[in-house]
Amino acid sequence: MSQYLYIILMLVGIYGLLSQKNIIKMIISLNILELGLNLFIISTGYISGSNAPIIIFENDTNFVDPLPQAIVLTAIVIGFGVTAVALMLARNIYKKNGTLEIDEIRGEDND
Amino acid sequence: MKRIIAILLTVAVGIFIFTGLYGEDSDFKAFGEKNISDTVANSYVDKNVDADRESPESGSANVVTSIVVNYRSLDTLGEVTVLFVSALGVALLGGFLKEKVTFSVKPGFILKNGMKIISGIILITGIYIFIHGHLSPGGGFPGGAMIGSSFLLMYLSDEEFKTKITAFKIMEGTAGSLILIIGLAGLSIGGYFLYNFLPNGNVGDLISAGIVPILYVLVGLKVGSEISNLLGNFLNGEVE
Repeated sequence: MSQYLYIILMLVGIYGLLSQKNIIKMIISLNILELGLNLFIISTGYISGSNAPIIIFENDTNFVDPLPQAIVLTAIVIGFGVTAVALMLARNIYKKNGTLEIDEIRGEDND
Repeated sequence: MKRIIAILLTVAVGIFIFTGLYGEDSDFKAFGEKNISDTVANSYVDKNVDADRESPESGSANVVTSIVVNYRSLDTLGEVTVLFVSALGVALLGGFLKEKVTFSVKPGFILKNGMKIISGIILITGIYIFIHGHLSPGGGFPGGAMIGSSFLLMYLSDEEFKTKITAFKIMEGTAGSLILIIGLAGLSIGGYFLYNFLPNGNVGDLISAGIVPILYVLVGLKVGSEISNLLGNFLNGEVE
């Protein structure tokens, strides 16, 4: 059932990306989308009654699927890099325009 | 009006995802009912605990680590490169800003003095986590992130705090080139890039699993210095 919750979290992120006009709120929406997606990928590897994939006793292979966890480890790091660059771009936009609302940002005058 | 369109689009995407995953004719396994005996993950798990083998193919006790740093270590090298490119991007974008980040709230007494006690503990815990990455949960990336968070605490509690960015750059470059040198050594010894050429040892020992702990310590150092470097560039906004 918790898988439904993760998909709803992804949808909340998509809604935020579509509706918000503040750049910081858009970055937060991107992070919520990514969080929901990561949790969903991990949940696809879950097997009820299994342990974390760390060998403690010999011949005990009652593990959850370790492959989604390894993939999510990659996805988290990529998400961190994307967020860092996005926040730095937001700082630059604020320095240049004095605002973070994309409605109020105006281009340079050509005349 | 725009919000209504956004809600409609989100609901459409949601219906698409739900019917695609949980519809009548989908092969998607329900939550908790997956069977890994017919997937590729089965061979990752089985190789590790095969009792008949003298030394298992990957001797690391943490199966996730053996996937990340042994079977897919080329992918991990690319991942570290992505992090490096993102730190480079932050440094380049920060070059356009000439001023430091200033906080409107001054750091208080508890933050200043608590930092002195706790930042060293966070640093040591991060190092512990990436040294034991092949035995326990965690590894190079969480450990590096903990080192970065320790430096973030130092930046937050003291406005005059500055790290030596060149020292981090040297550490990052050394760790990155050592990963490549180990990979090339594997290429010359075993015939594959990043081949695990050291003996595996006993599963569960600190020195086991061949090159896996060495690579993870290097990844941890590289990630930690990259994140600290990135924080310094973000907060100070200058390239030197």
